[in-house]
Amino acid sequence: MPYEYARRRVLGAIAEVGRIAMLIGETFRMLVPGVSAFHLVVEQMNAIGVQSLILVFIVSLFTGAVAAVQAAYQFANTVPLKFIGTVILRSTIIELGPVLTALIVGGRVGASIAAELGTMRVTEQVDALEAMAINPVRYLVVPRVVAAIIMLPVLSMIANAVAIFGGYVVAVSSIGVSTHTYVLGLKQGFYMKDLYSGLIKAFFFGGFISWMGCYYGFRTEGGAEGVGVATTRAVVASCVLVLIGDYVLANVLFRFIFAS
Amino acid sequence: MIQIRGLKKRLGTKQVLDGVDLDINKGETVVILGRSGTGKSVLLKNIIGLMQPDAGTIEVDGQDIVGLKEKDLNKVRIRFGLLFQGGALFDSMTVGENVGLPMREHTKMSAAEIEKRVTERLEWVGLKSVEQMKPASLSGGMRKRVGLARAIAMDPAYMLYDEPTTGLDPIMADVINRLIRSLQERIGVTSIVVTHDMNSAYHVGDRLSMLNEGRVVFTGTPDEARNTRDPLVKQFIEGSSDGPIKPL
Ligand SMILES: Nc1ncnc2c1ncn2[C@@H]1O[C@H](COP(=O)(O)OP(=O)(O)OP(=O)(O)O)[C@@H](O)[C@H]1O
Ligand SMILES: [Mg+2]
Repeated sequence: MPYEYARRRVLGAIAEVGRIAMLIGETFRMLVPGVSAFHLVVEQMNAIGVQSLILVFIVSLFTGAVAAVQAAYQFANTVPLKFIGTVILRSTIIELGPVLTALIVGGRVGASIAAELGTMRVTEQVDALEAMAINPVRYLVVPRVVAAIIMLPVLSMIANAVAIFGGYVVAVSSIGVSTHTYVLGLKQGFYMKDLYSGLIKAFFFGGFISWMGCYYGFRTEGGAEGVGVATTRAVVASCVLVLIGDYVLANVLFRFIFAS
Repeated sequence: MIQIRGLKKRLGTKQVLDGVDLDINKGETVVILGRSGTGKSVLLKNIIGLMQPDAGTIEVDGQDIVGLKEKDLNKVRIRFGLLFQGGALFDSMTVGENVGLPMREHTKMSAAEIEKRVTERLEWVGLKSVEQMKPASLSGGMRKRVGLARAIAMDPAYMLYDEPTTGLDPIMADVINRLIRSLQERIGVTSIVVTHDMNSAYHVGDRLSMLNEGRVVFTGTPDEARNTRDPLVKQFIEGSSDGPIKPL
């Protein structure tokens, strides 16, 4: 029986990947008609982006602050403190900014998309769209995916700026680094390709989060309990995908595209 | 007209529809009776392509809609109005936006024209000044009627009503019964009405069909139904727990 169980799990996983690929394919097929209802995209940009601002702000402020404290501790007597700005800048724009933003937004937005679409599914609102000859992927998925892949890079940029500021506050107020030194560190450590790669990651993360939310939302069955299950799955799947995707993208970006 | 032949649908382990044959002639209203859980809603969902049957054909004006591609299916769907059993209103939208959605999506009507039509259809179902309200703040019966207003917004040639009068007070039920009749008489709508409400069934139905264990077991005029000897139909119509249909 363990063999039978394993076989069923593997086949189930393959079928799941196939269905997700079909949803993604359908999203591309419906991209143009979906985006032409631009007010729906704007609505989602607000829900996904603007509504996440405060959370992203708080998290990145403290991330920058912690990065400064950690850097100061680890540098102690080995690395000159003039590098503190450099370290914070590079770790933020390549990794912390996009990844942490994706994880928080994945939790917040992935859950809300799955809960909303899941509720629509179990109360037959998705059926109602279809019955009215409105394609649910065009009407519900495209605006969310497009909004997420636009807003995640934007949120990441904001997170970068806020984290660097958070690091600055700590560096100047409790580590004893001057503004001049910190800024010099930033200037020396800034590479355009770091920024690009961070933004490219954020773009993909936006896709992961919104597609997972939509996919598990659409597949919801069984009332309020089912909506809870869908929400959890969407959050777990988007966070896992963000972390795995981060690794894959890091390899592709730094070993091939931006390799120097 | 709608012509259903040998329609089968299995859901989970249950053979819900097991060879349904049914004809609905042009301009006619057929009432579908049957116990809770016999597959009346499933039948309607097959007719509008929300569920794919396992076997059988569903012809709408001579065109078999089973297995149609989305684009062709949508051309058929646009001529249908479906009132869902639970209303299925979009709860992120106001009542007015709900009723106006099909027009915004499928016609070039101006915002003012849509607004006028929305108000008119809401009045038909006995609702006034509710356009700005959200579905969550309506009563169950009001939600049902908004769903009905949305279903008839595009002047459909075919209407599928899933329990249009359940949850309504007797006066409102009569308003809806008259509306179903007048849509038929004024615009010649062809309708299927699923209901448990015998009063409504006699009022709106040209013919009554009874669904039991996945098949149509009776079809006849309201008079034929009233005078039937068939113990199954008789028991259902009279609403008795004694008879060939066991409550459990
Ligand atoms: N999506 C589904 N998945 C699995 N089973 C389903 C599904 N939808 C309906 N069923 C089953 O199909 C049967 C018929 O359901 P249906 O909703 O058509 O009943 P009904 O005749 O409309 O009943 P009611 O009068 O209570 O509305 C039920 O046994 C139900 O459990
Ligand atoms: Mg039903």
